[in-house]
Order: sequence, then C-alpha cells, then structure tokens
Amino acid sequence: MNFDVGGEQVYAYTGSRAFDASLPTIVFVHGAAGDHSVWALQSRYFAHHGHNVLALDLPGHGRSGGSARRSVPALADWLVAVLDALGIERVVLAGHSLGSLVVLDVAGRHPQRTSHLALLATSVPMPVSDALLSAAASDEALAYAMITQWSFSDAHQLGGNQQPGMWMIGTGLRLMERCVPGVLHADLSACNEYGNGLHRAASLSLPALLILGERDQMAPLRNARALASALRHVCEVHLPGCGHSLMTEAPDAVLDALRDFLAAGHVAAAPKVAARAR
Amino acid sequence: MRYHTTAIRAGARRDDSGYPLTTPKTTHFDTLALHAGAHPDPATGARATPIYQSASFVFSDTDHAAALFNMERAGHVYSRISNPTCAVLEERVSALEGGVGAIAVASGQAALHLAIVTLMGTGSHIVASRALYGGSHNLLDFTLPRFGIDTTFVPAHDIDAWRAAIRPQTRLLFGETLGNPGLDVLDIPRVAQLAHEHGLPLLVDSTLTTPYLIRPFEHGADLVYHSATKFLSGHGVVIGGVLIDGGSFDWSRSGRFPTLTEPYAGFHDMVFAEESTTAAFLLRARREGIRDFGACMAPMTAFQILQGIETLPLRMQRHVENTRRVVEFLCAHPLVESVAYPELASHRDHALAKKLLPRGCGAVFSFSIRGTREQGRRFIETLRVFSHLANVGDAKSLVIHPASTTHFRVAADDLAAAGITEGTIRLSVGLEHADDLIEDLSRALHAAGKASTKR
Repeated sequence: MNFDVGGEQVYAYTGSRAFDASLPTIVFVHGAAGDHSVWALQSRYFAHHGHNVLALDLPGHGRSGGSARRSVPALADWLVAVLDALGIERVVLAGHSLGSLVVLDVAGRHPQRTSHLALLATSVPMPVSDALLSAAASDEALAYAMITQWSFSDAHQLGGNQQPGMWMIGTGLRLMERCVPGVLHADLSACNEYGNGLHRAASLSLPALLILGERDQMAPLRNARALASALRHVCEVHLPGCGHSLMTEAPDAVLDALRDFLAAGHVAAAPKVAARAR
Repeated sequence: MRYHTTAIRAGARRDDSGYPLTTPKTTHFDTLALHAGAHPDPATGARATPIYQSASFVFSDTDHAAALFNMERAGHVYSRISNPTCAVLEERVSALEGGVGAIAVASGQAALHLAIVTLMGTGSHIVASRALYGGSHNLLDFTLPRFGIDTTFVPAHDIDAWRAAIRPQTRLLFGETLGNPGLDVLDIPRVAQLAHEHGLPLLVDSTLTTPYLIRPFEHGADLVYHSATKFLSGHGVVIGGVLIDGGSFDWSRSGRFPTLTEPYAGFHDMVFAEESTTAAFLLRARREGIRDFGACMAPMTAFQILQGIETLPLRMQRHVENTRRVVEFLCAHPLVESVAYPELASHRDHALAKKLLPRGCGAVFSFSIRGTREQGRRFIETLRVFSHLANVGDAKSLVIHPASTTHFRVAADDLAAAGITEGTIRLSVGLEHADDLIEDLSRALHAAGKASTKR
C-alpha cells in the first residue's frame, strides 16, 4: 500500500489485505538499513489472523520516499504522522532494533494510541561502536560486512534457514546494499544518540514484550536489562542460539511469542521464557 | 535505574566464545563447501546431512497447516515444493555463489527452463550467446518458439551484437561462463552492464566453472544456474540442477516483469516483489514454477550432490592442474592442429580469461587433430583411460566427438561459427594422474597417425 504523508510517499506491506476498521492494527517497524520484508512471515501471519498489518518502510528505505531521518524522535514523529494520515487511533507497535527505539518513543509520548508494545533485538541505550559508525560514514561495504557478521549468531553464519533454500547471510547483505548512500549512517546515528529510552519505558503501563537473541552482538542481551527493569508490565522471551536477526533466525519462535503476547497480554511458559510483572 | 552496567556498543563485541572481533570475518569458500546450510541433526546428532526421503511433512495443527500453505511460517509441506535435504543443497550453493537463495531442480535443463518461465511468457524474447551447450540451444531455438518465446543468438564476444539484438520484448540476456566448444569467455561485466542499461537481468550458466573458478554475481550477473550433474557432483552418478538468485536485480524498477511485480491470482494475489525485496524471483519460481511444472529434485540426489560439493575446492584445483598439463602436451604434438583453451595466448579471450578466471579455465576444452574423420575415430576408440561418453565434469576423464553427437543438430554454418570441425575432439579432464592421461592421449594420437599412413 502506498500513501502520502507530508508530501512523501510511504509504503506499507499489508499482506495483500484491505484495511478493516473493525480489526486491531499492528505496525511493524524495521531496523537500520532494512525494510518491511524483514517481517515477511510474521506480518503476513497477522494480516491473515484477525489484524490489519502495516509493515512500514521508514523514510528513505525500501519503497518509501523521502530521506532517512537522523534521530529516533524524528522517526517517531513520522510514525505518528503515518497513523494520523491513515486515521488510525490505536495500534499494536512492534519494532526491531532501531525500530524498537522508534516504537518505544511513540508509545512513551502517545500512550493512549498504543495498546501493546513488542520490542525485538532491543537495547536501551543502543550505543554503536566507533568502528561501525565510521565505516557507515566512509565505507558502507565494510559496514555492511560488519553488520552481516554481527547480526547472525556464529551457528547461523553457516546458514540453517527455516525458510527453504534461502541463505540468510546473503539476503541480509543484499537488503542493506539496496540502501542509498548515507542511510545506514543516519540509522546508526539515530540508535547511538537516542537517550530517552529508559525514561519513556518507565512512563509506560501497557503490556510490553521483549524478544531477545541470546547471541545478539548488535544489541547484546545484557543491554536490555535496564529496559526490562524500567518497564512495568513486561514479558521477556530469550531465543537461544539466535543473534540480532531474530525474524529470520527464528521465524516461528518470534511469531509464537508475538501471537501469545497479543492473545493473552503475556507469553505462556515456554523454554527460556521469563515472564514478569510488577 | 536498577542496573548500572555500561551498555555494550554494537560492533564492539566478542564472538560467542568471547573471542574479540575487530574486523568482520567471512567464512571461507572451502569451509562453506563443507558446512553451509547444514548443522548436526538436532533429533539424532547425525553429522552428515540426513536424506529426508519423505514425500510430505506433518502439520502440528490446522493453523500450522494453513500458515505453511500461505507463507506465514517457514517449513516444508510437500517435497515437490521443498525438502529439507534439498534445502541444504540450495543453501550450500547459494553460499558458495554469494546469492540470496536457490532452488534445486531435476536437471540443468530444468533450471534453465524454470528461470525462463518465471520471468516471461508468450511474446517475450531472449538474447543468448551462440556458444551454448547443445541442450540449451535446443530449448531456445526449437522448443520455446512453440510457446511464443523467441531467442536471438549472438557471438559471445560481440557486445554490439548483444546490444543490437535487444528488442522491446526482450526479457533476458543469457550466456555461459565458458561457452562450448571453443571456450568463449563470457564478458560478464560488460554484458551485465548492457543488460542493466536496458532494465534486463543476465542469466549465466556456470556449469563448467563452478563457484570455485568464478562467482558470476560478483561480476554483475543476476541469476546463475548449474547442471549439478557435472563438477558440483564430480562423481557422475546423478542428474540435477540448481538455480541461484543473486538478489540484486530490482524487478520493480525495471517494470518489465509483471510475474514478479503484479498480483498473482495463483497465490492469493501475492505481489512477489513486495513480499520479498531481494528474493522475489525465487518466491515465484518456487510458488509457481516448481509447484506447477514440477521438475523437483529428489532428496537422495541432493544428498549425493552435497557429497560432491564437500570436495569441490580440492577437485577443481586438480582438474585445472591436470588440464594445464594435458593442454601443454597437446599443443606440442605434431598431429594436433589447434587447442582451444583460454589460458593459451592464442585464444581470443586470453586477456579476459586472465581477468575473470584467474584460478583457471576449467577442465573441459576442445582440440582438433589434423587429418580425416577416420583418424578422429581411431583416436577416440584407442583411448583407454578417457571414457567415450556424453557428459563432462566427472572425476574420470571423458572424451566425445561433438560434430556427431552433442552438436549433431547444429547447422554446418553454426558449427563452423562455434569453431567445430570434423576433427574437433572435446575432452573433460578428470582427476587421474596427469602422466597417465598424457600417455593415453599420446598412444591414441600415435594410432590416429598410423591410420593416416595405412591409407
């Protein structure tokens, strides 16, 4: 679906379904140098299971026009403008990596518009190493190679994709290579500089879900502790053997966690799941 | 905040075991050849890739079934569409080629067919190199026109001819990394650039080179396929093909591929290019091409090809070493009129081969002996180590006479244009000791020479 927001074209994948005002809406927000297709399986599932789906391409990414924003608050403003343009009042927000910071910021500033919050491969704060930032600024091919390595667990560097015949290292790399120059640096800068995450998290009373890879080297598991502790109603799902690219590395586990969370407001007991409310 | 830990910076990390990472490491080709796509079987601990000899796979419940059918979950349904053993092969070859994914099919011919029917229908047009395997030539020249798809053949090295042949209906440019029988080297960077200037993809048959000698995606190709029967297997015991998507071609921007950019009524109105940014081609090829045309690979075949790929780097080195020795011997023999191998300074594509194929130009090449057809016959029939048969890329050395076999249906003019004469002999150099191969050839050439003096 293509539409206009503030003079810029916006693309959202909807699972080939028409919008139904009677259904809840889930917004999926991708991470740095990505696009809607990172959510392919999960977004399609919810589009065919009682939800409207908007798997967005952030500005300057994928099929959306405009240029990449350089800060999380600017991306959050854009996301709210998207919801306004579509006349959608209240949504489930799901974000991966950079996208998790964007949806956290939106939820914190507009709690009345957010029913549930799902944060995948997240870290608050989300600092980026100088080496990666500088590669993103001066040598994008090197930066893409770094991210490719750090986004998949060691085991998944050798593949083992649940999606038959797909080589996840290759798909990850090619997707980043589609970005116009400068996009990755803008995205990583936004991650690196966002300082309001814990403050936003502490203000929330909605149900929140954290899905984290135990082998994540982009947003290491340890970095999510402060966030988990700041959120009032939070479920944590730790995916063993997974790195940062959770939707690709463990598509079913991610889907199941999202599904159970939305159905019950929490995730039922499962291996490696720690559900906690306080 | 309850935790005072300093957040770890993304990219300032250690690997799973705590080993510090400063620059990105990429897994090497030889390691990928053994491991890509495969992990020890979680159910049994089997280290080798199990042969999942099962037509279908159970669903955990009705919702799981529906989700698999509708591409909401990943997994296997029915072995015509996908199979776990075949999927390992697909990942393995994708990794070696540097693509995004692959589909294993029944043969190299099935791979070529699948590529074409995924991209186009009646009224479409292909521009192809004239230096093609005879089977590919048959499909393009004789069979596909019956289905409304025409092909213009051009000399592989003539970029102006490629350009001039492109029409508004053209949907694909196609060539072989090394074209039979003269070993024309496809100038992949130039042909790919031309294709992309016209919003078209370049498909490359890399059967004779394998990703060990060239990775066509790195030079601009968009789709690659192999007859996996040949060097990928190396053992000559199965027929199979693999079609790999490089994932770089922008089908939407091109605007010429409605099969990928418009809703497909045959699969829930899916728009493949929106569903998958980098692998729209593979989605359609699997969800339509394999589903409907059905030229799938058997899991046992995939297993056997995987066994071959494990030793691909070692075998290709030896193939090339032996070939260089044989070429050197033939070039010095008085009964040999010409040898067509791009590493020779006399070959038209010598400079291009140095650039694109620094590790070698493969192990299949042709040479011509002086004299009569009878002398050619004597030569082939005297060989003992070389097997006379219609295949290439076996671990064992092979020989054939193209004019009477593989290129039998090719018109005389085209034969000449392809560099084939009555005296042309094609060799596929295997892994035997080079001295034994040279001795075999030497004896056969001697017999051929005697056949001449008897006359």
